[in-house]
Amino acid sequence: MAGTAPPPVARPRANLPDRAFGATLTALGGGVFVVAGVIVLELSKVSGSSVTKMGLWHFITGSEWDPVRDLYGALPFIYGTLVTSGLSLLLAVPASLGLALFLTQMAPARLRSLISFPIGLLAGIPSVVFGLWGLFVLAPILRHDVEPWLSRTLGFLPFFRGPPIGLGYLAAGVILAIMILPTITTIAIEVLETVPGPLREAALALGATRWETIRISVLPHARAGIVGAVILGLGRALGETMAVTMVIGNSPTISASLFAPGYSLPAVIANEFAEAGGMQTSALAALGLILFGVTLLLNVVARILVRMSRKGPSR
Amino acid sequence: MTGLCALGLLVALAPLASVLWLVISRGIAGLSLDFWTRLPAPVGESGGGVGNAIAGTLYIVGIASLIGVPLGVGAGVYLAEKGEGPFGDVVRFTAEVLSGVPSIVVGLVAYGLVVLPMRRFSALAGGVALAVLMVPVLARSTEELVRLVPTSLREASLALGVPEWRTSLRVVLRTALGGIVTAILLAVARAAGETAPLLFTALNNQYWNFRADQPTASLTVQIFNYAVSPYEDWHAKAWSAALVLLLVVGALSLMARFLARRRV
Repeated sequence: MAGTAPPPVARPRANLPDRAFGATLTALGGGVFVVAGVIVLELSKVSGSSVTKMGLWHFITGSEWDPVRDLYGALPFIYGTLVTSGLSLLLAVPASLGLALFLTQMAPARLRSLISFPIGLLAGIPSVVFGLWGLFVLAPILRHDVEPWLSRTLGFLPFFRGPPIGLGYLAAGVILAIMILPTITTIAIEVLETVPGPLREAALALGATRWETIRISVLPHARAGIVGAVILGLGRALGETMAVTMVIGNSPTISASLFAPGYSLPAVIANEFAEAGGMQTSALAALGLILFGVTLLLNVVARILVRMSRKGPSR
Repeated sequence: MTGLCALGLLVALAPLASVLWLVISRGIAGLSLDFWTRLPAPVGESGGGVGNAIAGTLYIVGIASLIGVPLGVGAGVYLAEKGEGPFGDVVRFTAEVLSGVPSIVVGLVAYGLVVLPMRRFSALAGGVALAVLMVPVLARSTEELVRLVPTSLREASLALGVPEWRTSLRVVLRTALGGIVTAILLAVARAAGETAPLLFTALNNQYWNFRADQPTASLTVQIFNYAVSPYEDWHAKAWSAALVLLLVVGALSLMARFLARRRV
């Protein structure tokens, strides 16, 4: 049934209220569009002047951020955002995929509902609370234990050199990993549940072990959806603000060492926007526009992938 | 392989346990009655509370619900009832994608939309920001809930000669109402925990405020300010305020769960 209004001949009298109701609903549905439009419009309005003045290329590749001298280069923030999100994926993807596979393929149903509760709880903790925890609990652990140990054992790599500060890329990456773990796990479970039972049973019947079954029949079927889940996690990591702001160290520099303090796109907006004026306001909004563009693109791709793997008609 | 999975489980649950335990153990000491009801004390002075921040959070979230709930639930009903065509598909996809937009970006939008024209930070701006975050979430959950209503119910009502709009409102929506209220409570709980979109919309306030056009304190922004301050006693207050926040958010979620269980 594609049409919104029934053919006028069928119900001539009851038609007016029905049509009014349908129109109201359609307007409310269109409201979602309006919200999307407003986001794009307002962002480009607020960010307009800085990008046109500096040129997009200079803005993105400039590595100096100095509001006093009216210099705005976004590179340190883009770098920090990419490093911390990349690190968080590295840590969170194996854990959450392992968890999702365990819960869908091996665990008994009762254990599954028992475990999905704390995972939901983890997703519901406000990010400022994670930030608080990161600042006063995680960072000291990293400073006193993890970072000295890493530089002793892996210090030959440039990523693990320099003084152990605690607040920096590593802390931000770890806290992001904890925060995106529920996102990736939940969607991966949803995707894995769509793998048809007979597909697994066929593999098992051929004498495949549990791990072989996962490898040859479950994973190929769910691949697109799992990639989608990971991309959604990445989108969340890129845009996460408070927890990162509180543990990344807030220094607009670029360092190879993961121990060093850095900065991220959302963090600089959070710290500077309320007190900014003139060009700085517009430059910060331009950073927001970059963030919006990237997360929008990632979300579109991810949603398509997740839908593809669900197969069937879209709901 | 099984061991590896168990390890993943541990990695997931250890931080959760640590966060919850530390918020409770470090926050409970400062959680007197005064902490719930008084204004913040200046640095160095003992006592004081976050009463205005608790009230502010509820106030801002209230404004957000007034704007966001009708829009979000309405869009969800549209998607479930009329959203079969290509337009419905596009709206659905837009809602899904919008739910991934970072909350700080939404704060920027509310800044341009409300703060700039009004020339001041305000509770209204914070409310608009949170409303924008609520709409896509509510739209998606409402759609799923309305779709759960059996077609036979709708057909029975239509067969009795009840017009379509009354069937939608009085039969279909009414059946789904319990679930929708649950979804609203969950969205409200999520909004109450947001910090980033409030930083430069509602800003903060040292005093009580219930005017929509004035800067307003919120629990989350207060936690952030206490946490990044250099003062020991403010750090302690940050933990206590975090405990209050978890209690507020937890109470909302529990209420939602309770309603969900009772209705279904």
